[in-house]
Amino acid sequence: MCGIAGIIYRDGGGERKVGRDMTAMLQAMKHRGPDSTGYALYRPESDGFVMHVKLMESNNGHAEFEFAERLRRQRAEVESRVVALGAQVTDIKPATDHAMTITFGFDGDLKQLADYVEDVRGTEVLSLGKSLEIVKDLGDAKTVAGEYHLDDFVGTHAIGHARMATESDVDIANAHPYWAYPFPDVAVVHNGQLTNYHQWKRRLERAGHRFQSECDSEIIAVYLAERMAQGDSLEDAMQRSLRELDGVFTYICVTEDALGVAKDELGAKPLVLYESDDLVALASEEIAIRKVVDREIETYDPYEGEVMVWTR
Amino acid sequence: MDAVTQNGEPEVLFDPRGLVELDETVPNVAEIHDGRARFDAKDLTTRKVNAELRRLVYEEGVGDVTILNPSARHSLGVGILTRCKITFEGSLGYFGVGLIDGPEVQINGRVGWSVAENMMSGVVVIESNAGSLAGAALRGGDLVVKGQVGARTGIDQKGGTIIVMGNAGSMTGFMMQRGRQIICGDVGPGLGDSMYDGTIYVAGKVKALGIDCVEGEWTDADSELIERKFRIYGLGEPPEFQKFVCGKKLYNYDSLEPSERKLVL
Repeated sequence: MCGIAGIIYRDGGGERKVGRDMTAMLQAMKHRGPDSTGYALYRPESDGFVMHVKLMESNNGHAEFEFAERLRRQRAEVESRVVALGAQVTDIKPATDHAMTITFGFDGDLKQLADYVEDVRGTEVLSLGKSLEIVKDLGDAKTVAGEYHLDDFVGTHAIGHARMATESDVDIANAHPYWAYPFPDVAVVHNGQLTNYHQWKRRLERAGHRFQSECDSEIIAVYLAERMAQGDSLEDAMQRSLRELDGVFTYICVTEDALGVAKDELGAKPLVLYESDDLVALASEEIAIRKVVDREIETYDPYEGEVMVWTR
Repeated sequence: MDAVTQNGEPEVLFDPRGLVELDETVPNVAEIHDGRARFDAKDLTTRKVNAELRRLVYEEGVGDVTILNPSARHSLGVGILTRCKITFEGSLGYFGVGLIDGPEVQINGRVGWSVAENMMSGVVVIESNAGSLAGAALRGGDLVVKGQVGARTGIDQKGGTIIVMGNAGSMTGFMMQRGRQIICGDVGPGLGDSMYDGTIYVAGKVKALGIDCVEGEWTDADSELIERKFRIYGLGEPPEFQKFVCGKKLYNYDSLEPSERKLVL
């Protein structure tokens, strides 16, 4: 019973404290999933790329033997690999002790770069893009927002996820949102279960895609990326997913300038939608939207089998 | 979200371990005038709003309560088992006014999933839209939604009447066992799927009928019922409806209810 949320500002280039808004929405839905919280946030597009990399996770909460040393080596290795492929690194900062953010200019093959970084044992590229930043960690929205200083994040749109793990482990790799590897600036959050997960995973793996987790929701991100690689628009890919993915789902997909939502054909998972001239907000529960729009508002539930896309 | 209550103490919103005792003291904040009470729910927890409502209708014997700023919170006004009038000035979240028996509820806003679930008797009027599962397992009373509703309206309905002025989603009247639904707009696929009994009236387009749901024969009693309900709730002139009932093709059991057995044998 995860909680998902999305917000996109429509008043033309209006940049708001999207990190703070998304935290308020997710914190209001903490009862839907207290295990982990994730964000896909979009900052105003810049020339360079931003890559969020998750390093090794400590399994038992406290630092294992030589854990700090291994983290340091991992960090150095990631850094040298990015540079080795010809990226002009402008900034590297440790987001937390087990995550790092690299800002760089690059005109080569992004997939190759992501693959090379992920080849370092224990690392995962959480997101890569000109405006997308994915942040996910264990704990509720307030905890994660505090650790990663998201309250000051200024951006144009975002999605978020409060996770109650049902199909896979509680750890960062299995937390949402998922980046649609290797496509820059595409991310997905999902509430539900996919029943033809293994079938799709085998199919997509044969097509050369990589999976970082055992989570069924990762399929959606990779599936959409695969469709878009074959020339589908976001909306077409999402329409097609309604026929090809089995199970119950409501998912939100974001790109650098659009936000789309799809509901399965049974309408089994909730979604409440609020549209106004200056913003579109959607969430599993209206109580989350009311944290951003604090007044009586007209909202409704989209129907089963619906795909809706908004651009900013 | 505000993590601090009025008196400055940290507010417990969710505790996965279930170890925290939630504050159940009655806040005593309502203003009472001539048998009418009014209070603002803005700074109260869900539990306190319900505790205050129960105090007013059970202990103070107030027959008319207005609650301001429900702010789309879940489980408000549940389990009220006496005749009274309750007005919500705003939207409710999930499970609003569930498990009630007797009240006349007016909601000037929207409701989330499972409104008036298992209502035994009473009236619930919603001025705007409702989420899925409106009137789930309804046993009696009238549920009127002036906007649209989501999927599975009146799932497992066992009595009472659901009136929807707008459209309805898929599987409307799923496994319905008794009672009536009057839908003025269009309905999604799977209308009346696996229904046992009861009647569904639809004025708009039906996307697809569910398994064992068939068109029924119109009688004067149907016209009378619809006119009466529209008159009571001031819904204007009723449109023309189609009637849907159970085809009874799935009836392949022979066990009767004890009371029915007496009648048959």
